[in-house]
Amino acid sequence: MSINVRIPTQLRQLTGGSGEIAVEGATVREALASLDAIHPGIGERLLDDDGGLRRFVNLFLADEDVRFLEGLDTPVSPGQTLSVVPAVAGG
Amino acid sequence: MPSVKDLLAQVKKVIREVDPAEAESRRDDALFLDVREADEYQQGAIPGALHLPRGFLEVQIEGVVPAKDRPIVVYCAGGSRSAFAAKSLQELGYSDVVSMTGGFNRWKDEGRQWATPRVLDAEQRNRYQRHLLLPEVGEAGQQKLLDSKVLLLGAGGLGSPAALYLAAAGVGTIGIVDMDVVDASNLQRQILHNLDSIGDRKVDSAKKALTALNPDVNVVTHDVRIGADNVLNLMEGYDLVVDGTDNFPTRYLVNDASLLTRTPVVHGSIFRFEGQATVFDPYNGPCYRCLVPEPPPPELAPSCAEAGVLGVLPGIIGSIQAVEAIKMLLGIGEPLVGRLLAYDTLAQEIRTFKVRRDPACPACGPDAGEIVIAEYDQLCMPHPKKAPATV
Repeated sequence: MSINVRIPTQLRQLTGGSGEIAVEGATVREALASLDAIHPGIGERLLDDDGGLRRFVNLFLADEDVRFLEGLDTPVSPGQTLSVVPAVAGG
Repeated sequence: MPSVKDLLAQVKKVIREVDPAEAESRRDDALFLDVREADEYQQGAIPGALHLPRGFLEVQIEGVVPAKDRPIVVYCAGGSRSAFAAKSLQELGYSDVVSMTGGFNRWKDEGRQWATPRVLDAEQRNRYQRHLLLPEVGEAGQQKLLDSKVLLLGAGGLGSPAALYLAAAGVGTIGIVDMDVVDASNLQRQILHNLDSIGDRKVDSAKKALTALNPDVNVVTHDVRIGADNVLNLMEGYDLVVDGTDNFPTRYLVNDASLLTRTPVVHGSIFRFEGQATVFDPYNGPCYRCLVPEPPPPELAPSCAEAGVLGVLPGIIGSIQAVEAIKMLLGIGEPLVGRLLAYDTLAQEIRTFKVRRDPACPACGPDAGEIVIAEYDQLCMPHPKKAPATV
């Protein structure tokens, strides 16, 4: 079983329009690497040059912000959903 | 068949009565319940008393006072109707009910504190009838809304529905900040404005629409760009801010000013098909910087003017902001403090995520320096305080 990553509409041009991608991995970092392997290019939108999570992107494992768990090292279990929620400012 | 006098005597045997002096000694802990008719209540009542006429007592009391162990002092004009009311309350399971002998007349004669309650007029009673039927709002809540002051930042996509619903709900003072003029391309989503207002200042168009909807509302217009020079003055005197601005630097500016002035911010933001809403309650929950420590670079954050937005989306998010504003003003329900609501129109899904206060937050964390309000650059970082500066 795999982990589901929810992709916001603004990043779906990088996933061929898909809003939910099944990935593999034991941690958030591995899950994101798996996502980038499936859809090259999306990784750099989420991670900075040093491999850290970009500060304007929130990743929620179920409903918890991974920044308040163990960051990219947060363990993930099969069946869990990782939601990518970038900051938006339109009004 | 017993006379009224007999009936009253029987009732008084099974209830407990207190005189006004003893009743007054319980003002801190007991709920004072006024069971007289509306016209009597309007002439004068005990401050803070809950008014529930005798005729509605049994059918409405459980909605208004759910806790049956709450101490209640019932009064009427002379002490008879309150005796019957106390018996009914006891029969409904209220365990600590007393009737005040001599009623309001004796209370007043003895020189105890009373006041003429502020009441809704007949037109207001009709206009807000659906609110008055909700025990969580009721007359006291409606008065609270009428006394409330909400500052709307932006009279655009989010500000339009928020302003219309807050005005309709009877929020007594609505301040609107916007420096734009109405353009035909706004009408796809900014429902405050219409064809006739194209070319008008948005604040004027908004005031016209809101005043036409509800004359109870005092609309205060601010035709200015929100900046470091005016944000604190703009927020002053308002209970709450509804943030419908459209760029990151202003959002950070609003956040920092809200922390300084301790003004809660009901946040809404939209982009193309997705929107977010949350409530930033200064120092009681996370702030905007806890949620978004840094803004995205401009190339990754095009504005709605560049990237487009589904016109209905701000209608939903702005309405959610209006709901949250009213909950905060009335102190009811569970506001979105510490929760981010994310709405996806294409999937037609709403999710909520937990947002926590960041112990390392440079604005509201325990080690954060004093906040200085200044214009933000692209990085929107808080400005360090230069001693001995003044704010």
